[in-house]
Amino acid sequence: MSEDNKSGHQDHSQPASVLDEMDTSNKNLQNIGVELLPVHTGGTVHAKRIPGMFRKFKWWIASFWIILFIGPYLRWDGHQAILFDLPNRQFHIFGLTILPQDIWILAMILLFFALLLAASTAIAGRLWCGYFCFHTVWTDVFTWIEEKFEGQPNKRIKLEQAPMSLEKLKVKVPKHLIWLLIGFATSFSFVAYFVDAFDLWSRLFAFEWGATETTTVLILGIATYFFAGILREQVCIGFCPYARIQGAMYDTETVVPTYDKERGEPRGRMKRTKPGEEAPELGDCIDCNLCVAVCPTGVDIRYGQQFGCITCGLCIDACDSVMEKIKKPKGLIRYASLAEFGGKQLPAIWKRPRVVVYSSIMLFSAAMIVWGLMTMSPMDVKALHERAPLFVQMSDGNIQNKWTMKVVNKGNMPMAAEITVKGPESLAYNVDKVIDIQPGNVGSTTLFVRMPRKQLEDVNTPIVITVTDLNNPAIVEEYEATFIGPRPR
Amino acid sequence: MAQHNPWPDEGNTGHIWDEDLRELDNPPPLWWMLSFYAGFIMIVFYSLYYPTIPLTDGTGEFTKGMAEWTQVEEYHDDYAVLKDWRKAKFADKEEKLAALSVDEIIKDDDLRSYAVATSKVLFGDYCAACHGAGGQGNPNFPVLADDDWLWGGKPAQIEASLVNGRIGNMPAKGMMGNLNEQEISDVADYVIALSEGKGDDAAYAAGKAVYTKGMCMACHGPAGKPLAPAGAANLTDQVWRFSSDRAEVINVITNGVNVKKDGQYIAGTKQAVMPSFKERLPNADVNIKRLTVYVHALGGGQ
Repeated sequence: MSEDNKSGHQDHSQPASVLDEMDTSNKNLQNIGVELLPVHTGGTVHAKRIPGMFRKFKWWIASFWIILFIGPYLRWDGHQAILFDLPNRQFHIFGLTILPQDIWILAMILLFFALLLAASTAIAGRLWCGYFCFHTVWTDVFTWIEEKFEGQPNKRIKLEQAPMSLEKLKVKVPKHLIWLLIGFATSFSFVAYFVDAFDLWSRLFAFEWGATETTTVLILGIATYFFAGILREQVCIGFCPYARIQGAMYDTETVVPTYDKERGEPRGRMKRTKPGEEAPELGDCIDCNLCVAVCPTGVDIRYGQQFGCITCGLCIDACDSVMEKIKKPKGLIRYASLAEFGGKQLPAIWKRPRVVVYSSIMLFSAAMIVWGLMTMSPMDVKALHERAPLFVQMSDGNIQNKWTMKVVNKGNMPMAAEITVKGPESLAYNVDKVIDIQPGNVGSTTLFVRMPRKQLEDVNTPIVITVTDLNNPAIVEEYEATFIGPRPR
Repeated sequence: MAQHNPWPDEGNTGHIWDEDLRELDNPPPLWWMLSFYAGFIMIVFYSLYYPTIPLTDGTGEFTKGMAEWTQVEEYHDDYAVLKDWRKAKFADKEEKLAALSVDEIIKDDDLRSYAVATSKVLFGDYCAACHGAGGQGNPNFPVLADDDWLWGGKPAQIEASLVNGRIGNMPAKGMMGNLNEQEISDVADYVIALSEGKGDDAAYAAGKAVYTKGMCMACHGPAGKPLAPAGAANLTDQVWRFSSDRAEVINVITNGVNVKKDGQYIAGTKQAVMPSFKERLPNADVNIKRLTVYVHALGGGQ
């Protein structure tokens, strides 16, 4: 605590609180032991772009998202290869048709990716945020476009502060137009996974879009423009829940971009020393601030890992380029774990309990997905037992049960579903008809099963209803049902 | 709460906890206040436009509102849209139902399924009170889901039952009304034995003799089986029109079915009347056919 801080409050009449003794304005919170990380608060972060290994890596990973734009135009068997057909309640993924009955597979897919996120974060930090997240990627592309129009960060800041003029508009308007265009390309491609893409195009030019399509494309397009163009790092810092969740998934063995304090401190610029003067002992960090200048979220990695860091590795590129110039070994900022700095050997990945648990759940869900897809029958059978009456006494002494059979055709070919029943020898049955079912439809028929009352040993008799597709006899579904009779006399 | 205020100029309310946690008196943002006031203005217009203010005259009514909108009207409008849609969608099927005979409808898989599917509500409204929701019958009311038919289970016969209604008719104490109690008891034993397939046993010879003498066979047939369906029950099968209980069997033989004296039902007689549905059903031309198909498909149609 400095002397003038004290003097500022000397004439307080009632010195009852420790706060009276110090200046409590926010700037000096450090004085009472609160460590404040310098969070970028000076408007838009204009990060410098420099080439490097991680920069290249980011572009490669980002190019995955080109698939989003191409995907809707792929065809398969005359229909769109990937189509989430909500009105008809079916998902087409290449040759596969997924109906609501199979939605548990979606749960497994979500589980798989949730655990993939957890496992990868436990191993190497926010890989998702830094390289793959669509917000990171779109922001990266948007700022790249901005640089093409407006130049380096210092020029951009100057332009931002300059008063509105024709010159400024000439630069700004095309940039925003291109941003909007990307926004709409994004939202259009998204919507094109839910309705036929070519149809969507042709109806766009005929002005025949429905309200749902129009509003979805508009809202998503403007949101893309607004989030990636205007809000940028504020989304990661202020909105995104995954940013915080992932931060909680780190442990001391997680490798993340880290500043080597031991090697770097005390930081400072090398000064020429006058004769007789002793050069100060300096670390390798020359305090050039390039690592801060390139950071897309505006954090200073030298304070250590922090919530604003999306672990994109760009500061590593920056620092390495400087180290190269001053002829010092690279890696002052590098992917490293806290354990490493504590002098501990990192255990092998498969010996870390968290990674093992995460991966076994992943393996389980992956196995379930594969099993689900392998055994997914194109036919789904439901047998609804008539409740009123549960059974009927027939004139010849038989007991009759009635089922309403519902057969769903989940495949792509028409079905002719034939129903047969297996059970005790005395069992007889008749079916209303062979059901013809178009793909994606449900067919229903009535099934009557009769058994002589005298042969019934119990109220319940198990029977098996078998449904076979006559068009493709390989498709067979069995349904275990219960024949109900009166209490035996 | 601290007694002194180390931050006199920041506009706090003087409420300070834990030495530095303090309540400020900042106004809400302008946009927030504007929407708050806009909400008030909106309420005024809303209450003028929609029914809002409850009336105190005890009717539970509200002020009408300038729009004269009511919830039930909106429901009716929406329902009309749905009804029109249904009408248009199934117009061709309804036309076919009207044009074809019941037999033709049953032969057409598609049309039969449609008739069955659209009959459930009708059956619930007009038939289930007596015959049960699934045609399972009720005490004294026939089961429709079995294959035992008093008036015949062919589509045309079921249709005729619906159109004309049915009245059962069984005289008391045999056709002549001349059976004594011993004879009634014998014939009851015989009838129960018939359904168990033991009608020809010597033990029931007395009953069999009464059966023939009392002219039961005139309606129920010489062997307990009616020659043609005309309302008389088949006595040889396992299905009982009323009950297999011996006391009930004796009661039915003693008092008959629908037996009247001076225009009044006599005590103990079974009342078994099915009304005609020609006038009762809405749109009876089509709906009788529809219900015929439905009843035929319940489990025992012939």
